[in-house]
Amino acid sequence: MTDLNAFGEFETAWCPGCGNFGVLDAVKDALVKLQLDPHNIVLVSGIGQAAKLPHYLHSNVFNGLHGRAIPAATGIKIANNKLVVIVTSGDGDIYGEGGNHFIHAIRRNIDITVIVHNNQVYALTKGQASPTSDLGYVTKVQPQGVIDAPVHPLTLAIALEAGFVARSFAGDKEHLSSMIQEGIHHKGFALIDTLQWCVTFNKKNNFVWYKQRSYKLGPEYDPYDKVKAFEKSLEWGDKIPIGIIYKNGRPSYEEACGLMKDKPLVEQEISPQRVKTILKEFF
Amino acid sequence: MDAIDITIKIAGEAGQGLQTIGQLLSKAFSRNGFYVFANQVLQSRIRGGHNWFQVRVSDKKVLAPCDTTDILIALDKESSYHKKELTKNSITIFDSTLAKIEIEKGLTLDIPLEKIAKDSGGNKLMGNTVAAAAVLGILEYDIGVLFDLLRESFGEKSEDVAKTNIKVAQAGYNFSYRKIQGNRLPVMGKNNGVRRMLLNGSEAVALGALSSGCKFISAYPMSPSTGIMTYLASKEKEFGIVVEQSEDEIASINIALGASFAGVRAMTASSGGGFALMVEGLSLAGMTETPLVIIDAQRPGPATGLPTRTAQEDLEYSIFSGHGEAPRAVLAPSTIEDVFYATIKAFTLADKYQIPVIVLSDQFLADSLCTIDNFDIDSVKIERYVLTDEALKNIKEYKRYQITKSGISPRALPGNPYGLVVADSDEHDEKGHITEDLDYTRPEMVRKRNRKNAGLLKEMSPPVRYGQKDAKNVLIGWGSTYGALKEAVDILNAEKEKVSLAHFNEVWPLNKKYFDFLDKAKFACVAENNFRGQFAHLIAATTGKVIEHRINKFNGLPFSAQEIAKEYKRLKKAKSS
Repeated sequence: MTDLNAFGEFETAWCPGCGNFGVLDAVKDALVKLQLDPHNIVLVSGIGQAAKLPHYLHSNVFNGLHGRAIPAATGIKIANNKLVVIVTSGDGDIYGEGGNHFIHAIRRNIDITVIVHNNQVYALTKGQASPTSDLGYVTKVQPQGVIDAPVHPLTLAIALEAGFVARSFAGDKEHLSSMIQEGIHHKGFALIDTLQWCVTFNKKNNFVWYKQRSYKLGPEYDPYDKVKAFEKSLEWGDKIPIGIIYKNGRPSYEEACGLMKDKPLVEQEISPQRVKTILKEFF
Repeated sequence: MDAIDITIKIAGEAGQGLQTIGQLLSKAFSRNGFYVFANQVLQSRIRGGHNWFQVRVSDKKVLAPCDTTDILIALDKESSYHKKELTKNSITIFDSTLAKIEIEKGLTLDIPLEKIAKDSGGNKLMGNTVAAAAVLGILEYDIGVLFDLLRESFGEKSEDVAKTNIKVAQAGYNFSYRKIQGNRLPVMGKNNGVRRMLLNGSEAVALGALSSGCKFISAYPMSPSTGIMTYLASKEKEFGIVVEQSEDEIASINIALGASFAGVRAMTASSGGGFALMVEGLSLAGMTETPLVIIDAQRPGPATGLPTRTAQEDLEYSIFSGHGEAPRAVLAPSTIEDVFYATIKAFTLADKYQIPVIVLSDQFLADSLCTIDNFDIDSVKIERYVLTDEALKNIKEYKRYQITKSGISPRALPGNPYGLVVADSDEHDEKGHITEDLDYTRPEMVRKRNRKNAGLLKEMSPPVRYGQKDAKNVLIGWGSTYGALKEAVDILNAEKEKVSLAHFNEVWPLNKKYFDFLDKAKFACVAENNFRGQFAHLIAATTGKVIEHRINKFNGLPFSAQEIAKEYKRLKKAKSS
């Protein structure tokens, strides 16, 4: 029986009132509800305030380089597909520095759950625009306001045939926890873009801004309808939908590869002697 | 039988079947007791251009190309470029219906390759078979070996195709057999029939990786390294190795590190440009102390450079690249055979010291074919240096980065029920968690990581010494130049030059003691395939001794023994005058 105590309590380096606390609580809640043992989980992150999350609960951790959380998580899952592999990193990490990896991990459909703490700002480097910052958003580096069109991560993911595309809100623990549970349950790449306020650097997209705009998708919404999903993913303004935006049943990387079907690569036998059987090719 | 040392060069455009002819000949010789060294000189294109494939065959082990060509198969007009390599005994084979060739040196044989193929019931593509057979005819070699090869390579597809090829081969053989007036090349006849392996450097890496139990490679295609993942991909199911073509080299190294962290032996491979993209991850491997094997099959740079040519330009880069300070090992195999053993050693060192290990190969090793007696698979011992569950159970509080005397901390794998495994690219405490304790933890962690160097230094092999024992003159080299240097020493000693060779196939960390021979040397000279003299720099940094005499070749072609010997004598003479 795993309870909250199994994941411990840690001192954090986050600002008081930071949206990251909401994500941390929801992650723990989801892991308890799924009855996952800390030893069977690997939390993987890059660099940024969000990427410190793995240090704040008991689990195995690979806190890698900025932008490279997804490749590291991919390798971990390929080597040992018994492990539950969860990425927790920010919008700059996943959509900016790691943009190319994000695209190709979705194509691969590796069975990992990616929680993007999307606060539309670079916080650890003190307030520059992120790939998801709104047009016109003013910072010290973008004093005239952002002129680059923002990335629509959900639309991008749907275009790439991601199997599980969801959005949630760090201020709604129950909803975020349920999205994380569904994401872990999903066999394949699961994206959970998480609306998160930054108390220090993003005065515009604050808690109230997200709280007032976000609304939950109802049971009538069909996440398997790709065209509708595109429409929903582009809804951004007075109303922002949260919930599972898109789903499909693509086979995961592990299923398609097949080599880890019976047991994880890490448990498979190693035999130098077997090489003798192929040397004949060279004679 | 006279001593055999014959070089056959097949020259022509890409797509004309140079490789087919070259490989058939190489395999035919390797199967009947002879030793082959074959290398390719290619342009970076799929069709056209001027390329060549040269096969050196001998009754003794050969490890480098030769400057002279005994049989030239000239398939295009540009082949006349090679006339400077011909001797009065050389024979040039050409087909005047395909290309007009002007060769004044040696003997010539105009042979209608396509016509012979067609007249014997084949098609014009089988002109390649005619060419290979004609070479065997000139050398009066046992044609039966070629028949076997044709049966094996075409028999699976169709017995008829194999039969036709054999007919065509017989016709080509008959056409040249004892037909050339004044042929002074030796008769090869039947040798002892010992079958030996023939393989290239990429295959040697792949076999070394499979022998080491490597379960994962992620790489991005880049000449001349791509052959490694291509071969491993053909063995995915049989060996349970996952081959992942990643989106870029940054992903390659990070995916491989993830796989290694989770417990499998993992590797990546590229050439200089791709390796450059991996450097951030190389630093991550150092910080997280994650074992990893990286193959850098060097090619000339900077930037895109010469994609299909050879160089030894990444030596200093492979040692000093990466931000921050963490230990690594760099191995530089000397021959294709050595590539196999170096790859195995790389996996062992990576696991034992929890470090990245770089194997510096190059295009010359990757694309050349060499006869090898056999690989000693029985000598391969796999030790993972990972804590068992039993051992972990008895540890009260598991610390992944425990500070130890050797610098090596106990390694557990994630998923074990007893200890959580935490790795961080940030500076971390013994348990792996992020820290900014500058008074104790940071300096202790830096010392701990770098303490591994002391152990590593003991793992590095001394240089291979060859030639005159007490020679006061020494030629120094590293990596793939071994074959040419060894032969250069033979040439020089035959001319009473009194030279010895000191050749390094493990280049980092460098043990100062291994340079004691310099104390007695009157004349020392470093030969390497780069402009700056990078190994000479390392020697100076390690020993404080600056070696001024250098032989540097950087036009993208490998050394030949003859040119090293010539340059050595020039430098030596300049010194004494």
